[in-house]
Amino acid sequence: MTWDIMLILLVDGLSTGAIYLLAGLGFVLVFSVTRVIFIPSGDIAAFAALTLAAFQSRMIPGSIWLVAGMAVLACLAECTTLLRNGAARQVPRAIFFYAVLPLIPCGVGLAIASHDVPEALRIATTIGLILPMGVLIDRLTLRPLADASTLILFIVAIAVHFLIAGIGLIAFGPEGVRTTPILDGMVPLPGDILIPAQQVLMMVVALLLSLVFYLFFGRSITGKALRATASNRVGARLMGIRPERAAAAAYLIASALAAVVGILIAPITTMYYDSGFMIGLKASVGAIIGGMASYPITAIGSVFIGILESWASFVASDYKEIIIFSVVIPVLIWRSFAVHRDSDEEIEELA
Amino acid sequence: MIPARILAFILVLALLALPAIVPPFFVTLMSHIGISTLVVLGLVLLTGIGGMMSFGQAAFVGIAAYTTGWLTTALGWSPWLGLVFALALTAASALAIGAITLRLGGHFLPLSTIAWGLSIYYLFGNLEPLGRHSGLLNIPPIALGPISFMSQTAMYYLIWVVALLAMAFSLNLLDSREGRALRLLRGGTHLMGSVGMDIFGTRLRVFLIAGIFAGLAGWLYAHMTRFISPAPFEVKVSIEYLLMAMTGGASQVVGAALGASVIVLIKNWLQDLLPHLTNNPAQLEQVAFALMLILILRFARSGLMPLILKLVRRSPHPVRPEAGELPKRQLPMHGAPVLEVDTVERRFGGLTAVNKVSFDVRAGEIVGLIGPNGAGKSTMFNLITRTLSVSSGTVRFMGQDTSRLSQRDIAALGCARTFQHVKLRQGMTLIDNVVAGTYLRTDAGYIRSGLRLDRAEEERARLEAYRRLEQVGLSERAYDLAGDLPLGQQRVLEIARALALDPVLLILDEPAAGLRKKEKDALAELLNKLRGEGLTILIVEHDMDFVMNLVDRLVVMVFGQKLREGDPATIRRDPAVQEAYLGGLA
Repeated sequence: MTWDIMLILLVDGLSTGAIYLLAGLGFVLVFSVTRVIFIPSGDIAAFAALTLAAFQSRMIPGSIWLVAGMAVLACLAECTTLLRNGAARQVPRAIFFYAVLPLIPCGVGLAIASHDVPEALRIATTIGLILPMGVLIDRLTLRPLADASTLILFIVAIAVHFLIAGIGLIAFGPEGVRTTPILDGMVPLPGDILIPAQQVLMMVVALLLSLVFYLFFGRSITGKALRATASNRVGARLMGIRPERAAAAAYLIASALAAVVGILIAPITTMYYDSGFMIGLKASVGAIIGGMASYPITAIGSVFIGILESWASFVASDYKEIIIFSVVIPVLIWRSFAVHRDSDEEIEELA
Repeated sequence: MIPARILAFILVLALLALPAIVPPFFVTLMSHIGISTLVVLGLVLLTGIGGMMSFGQAAFVGIAAYTTGWLTTALGWSPWLGLVFALALTAASALAIGAITLRLGGHFLPLSTIAWGLSIYYLFGNLEPLGRHSGLLNIPPIALGPISFMSQTAMYYLIWVVALLAMAFSLNLLDSREGRALRLLRGGTHLMGSVGMDIFGTRLRVFLIAGIFAGLAGWLYAHMTRFISPAPFEVKVSIEYLLMAMTGGASQVVGAALGASVIVLIKNWLQDLLPHLTNNPAQLEQVAFALMLILILRFARSGLMPLILKLVRRSPHPVRPEAGELPKRQLPMHGAPVLEVDTVERRFGGLTAVNKVSFDVRAGEIVGLIGPNGAGKSTMFNLITRTLSVSSGTVRFMGQDTSRLSQRDIAALGCARTFQHVKLRQGMTLIDNVVAGTYLRTDAGYIRSGLRLDRAEEERARLEAYRRLEQVGLSERAYDLAGDLPLGQQRVLEIARALALDPVLLILDEPAAGLRKKEKDALAELLNKLRGEGLTILIVEHDMDFVMNLVDRLVVMVFGQKLREGDPATIRRDPAVQEAYLGGLA
C-alpha cells in the first residue's frame, strides 16, 4: 500500500466517519433521553436522500405521502389520548403540532416538486419533510410503550425499521438514486492527489454541526433540559421538564441530523429505500463505542468505524461488513465492563 | 376445561393422522412449522424465560444447515455425520459467542447478537465453498437403513418427532432444579447468588440449548428443502422467529408451536394474497410482520397461550410425604463462633462507610445490628453476604476467611439471607419459590432433568420446601402465587426459602420495614421459634422496638463505626446510643 492510497483511504474514511458521527450523535441523544436505540434513524437518512433525488428529477417524493399519513395517524392517536384523559383543551395544540406543522413542508414539497427551483430550496424542503419523521414514528410506535423495559423498546425499534423500510419501498420504489453533488469539482491535496469537494464538504459539515451540538448542550436551556432528562428522568420531571417534550426534542434533532446525513451521502453513494439499515447499524457501532452516553467518544468511535470501513473495502471488500460488525463484539465487552463494574444489581425485565 | 394430558394426547394423534387427511402441500407447510417450532422453542427458553434477547438464532440455523450441506455435497458424507458435525459446530459457536457476550448487560447483549448474526450471514454469502449467494444445491435426503426421508410425509414425521421431543425436554427441564435457576434469571444476580445458583453458567447453558435447537432445525431444513442459500439465515428471519415466540406467548413452551403455526400460516396466506395486490410482496410481508410484532408488544404481550391455558386444567404437583429427606447439615455446637467480623473496613472513594468494625455471632443466638440511617448497616450486610468486598480486615464464616469466596460459596457454607426489598418470583407459586432454596442440596443437571430422571430427588426437594412452608406457617397457601401474598407474608416466604438452604446462619435485612404491628409480632415469634430449633440469626434493623425483645445481643453502629455492643437492656439505657438515635437531647 502506497502513501497515495493510504491518504485516499484516510480521506475516504474520514468522510464516511463524518456521516457516522452525525448519525451517532443522534443515537446517543435519543438513547440518553428515551432509552431507545433508534435504529430507524438510518432509514430516515435514506429517505432524505430519496426525497432530494425525487425533487431533483422533478418528481413528487413519496415522503410527502408518508409524512402526511403519519401526521394524520399521530394526530388521531394524540387527540384520542388527550380526550380519554379529559384534556380536551389541549386538542387544538395537538392538532397544530402533530398535523398542521408536519403538513406545511408537505404542501411546500407538492408546490415545488414539478418546478425549476433553486437547489437550496429543494434541500430546505427535504429537511423540512424529514424533520417530523422521528417525532411521528415515536408517537405512533414507541411512546405508547415508554414504560417498557429497554429490551422491549429495542425489539420495537428493530421492528419499526423493518416496518418503515417496507413502507419506504412502496413510497419510493425499488430504484437506487444518486443526487447531484452540492459541491462539484476536486480539491487538490499535496502529492498530486485530488479528492472530491463533496467529501470535504461532508467533513466540514460534520465538524460544524458537532460544534453547534456542543454549544447547544453546553449553553442553551433546551440543551440543559435534555441533559437533565438523560441523567435523571424523575428529577427532571420534578424540575418541570416534561419527558415527552424532551423526547420530542431529541427525536427532532436526531431527524435533522439524519436528514443532513442523507443529503450529504447521496451524491457519493447510491441510495436505495433500504440502505438506511446499514448506515444506522454502523453509526450505532460508533455510538456503542461511546457507550451510548459520551458524545466525544462517539465522535472518535464513528471516525474509527469510517476509517476501518474504507480500509476494509480496500483490502477485503467482500468481508467489509463482517470486519466492521466483528469489531462490535470486543467493543461491547470493553463497554460492558466499563459500565457494569460497579452495579451489582440486574434490572428486573418483563416481557 | 380439559386435562392437559388428554389435550396433548389428542394433539399428538392429530399430528400423526394429518398427512392422511390433508393435501401434500399442507404437509410441507406443517414441516416448516415444525422446524420453526424448534428455533422458537430455543427463544422461549432464552428470551421468554431467561430474559436474554437474541437476533442471531437464524444464523445458528444457518451454521448447521451449511455444515451438513457442505459435508454431504462437497465431501459426500452421510447426513447423519452431517448431523453430528452440524450440532458440534453450532454448539461450539454458541459456547464461544455466549462465553464472550453473555456477560453483557441490558441492551448490549441484543446489540451484540445483531452484530454476530449479521457477520455470520455475510460469511455465508461470501465464502466460495458455500456457493456464495447462490448457495448449495442437491443436498441428499436423510436415510435410515432402508427408510428414506425423501418424501415430504416421511420428513414431516421426522421433523415433528424431533420437535415434540425437544418440547418434552424443555417442559421437563423447566419443571426441575436447573429450570428453576432459569426462571430465576430475571430475578437478578443477588437473588440467584443468595440461593447458590450460578448466573453466568445458567445463561450460557440456556444459550447453548437454544443454539442446539436451532442447529437441529438447520439440519432438518437443509435435508428437507435439499437446497440452501443465505436468505433464510438473515437477521430479518430471526425477527420472524421472535415474532413467533411473542405470538405464541414468549414464556410458554407450547406457545412455540402455537406461534410458529400462526405465523407460518399467515405468511403462507400473505404469499398467496400479496402478489395479486402489489409488485413487491416480500416487502409488504415484511411490513405486515413488523406491524404485527409492534401491535403484539403493545397490546398482547403474553401472546395467545393464555387463551388456550384457560381451557386446560393442570393438576398441581402434590407433595408426597413418603418422598424422603434431603441431606441435612450438622449444625455447630451452641455457642461456637459462626461469624467473626474482624476490624473490617470498607471505603467508597474518599468515604469510609464501615470503619474498623469488629463483632461476632455465635451459634444459637440472635444478634441485632442496629443504628440510625447512614450508619453503614447495609454496607456491613453486603460485606457479610459477599455482595461487596472488604477494603481491609476479615470476615470469617464458619472459620473460613470469606474474602475470596463468592456469594454462592457463602450460601454453600450455610449462610442464607433475605432481602430488604423482597425478591420473589411473583408469578411462581409459594412452593416453587421455596424449592429454589434447595438448589445447593440437590444435584440434578440438565440432561437428567430433561429426561425426567430427577423425579426422586425432585420429590424430596418439594417435600423439603413444603416442610419449610409449614415451619413458617404458610403451607396452607403453598400453591398460590407469591405475588398474591401481602408484604408481611412475602417476607416470611423469603425466610422459608432461606431455610430451604438448610442454613447455619440466617441474615435478615431490615425484616420489619413496612410491616404492621401484628405482622411484626408474628415475625418476631417465628424468629424466636427458629432460634429454639438451633438456628443462628443476624438481624440488620433500623427499628429498635422490633429487635429489643427478640435479640440476645445488640451491636450498635453509628457513622460507620461500632458504638456499643451488649444486651438489649444495657443498650437501651446507654446515653451514647440514645444520643445517636435521638440526635442529642441536650
